[in-house]
Amino acid sequence: MATTEVEVVSPTKVLFEGGAEMVVTRSVDGEIAFLADHVALLAALDICVTRIVAPGGAETRIAIAGGLVEVRDNKVSILAADAALADDIDLDAARAELQEAEQRQPDPSDPAAVAAAATAIRRAQVRLEAAGSGGSGAGGSAH
Amino acid sequence: MAGGQERVLRRRIRSIQSTKKITRAMELIAASRIVRAQQAIAAARPYVEKMAEIVGHLADTPDGRDHPLFRRPETLRRAALIVVAGDRGLSGAYNSSVLRAAERRIRELEGVGAEVAVVAVGRKVGNYFRYRHRDPVAVFTGIADRPGPEDAKAVVEAVIGAYTSGELDEIDLVYTNFESIGRQRVLSRSLVPIERAGAAGASGGAGPREPGAEPGPGADAATRSVDYEYEPGPAELLDYLLPNWLQGEMLAALLSASASEHVARQRAMKAATDNAEELITNLTRVMNRARQDAITTEIMEIVGGAEALREGTDESAVHLESYEDPDAA
Repeated sequence: MATTEVEVVSPTKVLFEGGAEMVVTRSVDGEIAFLADHVALLAALDICVTRIVAPGGAETRIAIAGGLVEVRDNKVSILAADAALADDIDLDAARAELQEAEQRQPDPSDPAAVAAAATAIRRAQVRLEAAGSGGSGAGGSAH
Repeated sequence: MAGGQERVLRRRIRSIQSTKKITRAMELIAASRIVRAQQAIAAARPYVEKMAEIVGHLADTPDGRDHPLFRRPETLRRAALIVVAGDRGLSGAYNSSVLRAAERRIRELEGVGAEVAVVAVGRKVGNYFRYRHRDPVAVFTGIADRPGPEDAKAVVEAVIGAYTSGELDEIDLVYTNFESIGRQRVLSRSLVPIERAGAAGASGGAGPREPGAEPGPGADAATRSVDYEYEPGPAELLDYLLPNWLQGEMLAALLSASASEHVARQRAMKAATDNAEELITNLTRVMNRARQDAITTEIMEIVGGAEALREGTDESAVHLESYEDPDAA
């Protein structure tokens, strides 16, 4: 099957570089998947788990805290504001992070603080989801 | 007294020796941090370059043209100047050259009638402007040594709100660009509004940058030929990108400044260590001479005393003659 070139970079490192059969991520408008020779596209990314399926079927999961995806010339470039490979995420730390985010009580009169708290919860959920504890993550993505 | 001088010299040498130990340690620490800072710059580069490329492309879309990111008002009323230098001294001219460039930029901006708000990164910068009664709107300390993406975000958040609301017309940046180990230069440039890529000459005026900040002619032509689909539209994408792009640029600047600071400190501390070594050599020489002089004087005193005694009693004179001989020869 034809492959597409994939690159995932964050401000601190290059997380993935190589060929893939398919890349699944979520833009602010909804889930999108890229196969080989996808039409040129620029999209803003949601906080989500991005899956990269390698030619052998092996899957790389990356937790992404928002960013941007550019597709052109059969190359998918994901610029993540913050990202972590599933293998690099410590499950216990991620759980603690989620708990902490959920316990935070933002000042309800400050919309920015409320939004920031919601983002923190979402991020922690996505990290957990990427790391493999799918249950709570799936619940999170529904909301 | 002669012996006293020797003691004074010995004490000075000892104090210089301990200073030398400190400067040597600082030199080694700075040297090890240079390597780490260079790695951080290399790690951030792909992100920053790609982001600049995409922003450059969006700038050319019809929807992008009127975006605040590129809006240049006819009159500059209010500008923010982000000044990036160090928390600590002992780094040669590192802090002062940045501050000098910042002063120059402020004069330029005020020359065209703009009000300038300073955002200080580094304790030295905060203190400098506070002392001159130009209180910075924000001071960031503790991030100059080892900046990360969160630090860049915090700095950007200090100004972004005022810019998007139209309160600020321009955000400028003064920092030290790390070109190589042997070359760092203080750069003063405008962050937003972005110079149009179309006016190629004008964008060069923003000052030389990491490659990719203004996409080169080749890359530019390549991106322009592509017809993207946008999700959401280009204008919304630019809204969304503005903080991300600024954070990327800010991170690159912070990392660059931090690497430059470590290089400057290493160089300054090496010079201090070398200087201490030279001082110790010279002082040791002076001290030895002083000791020799003291010994000679003492011998002369003894001889003189013995001569005086011989005048009185002959027996003691015979006895002392053997002492005097080798020295006289």
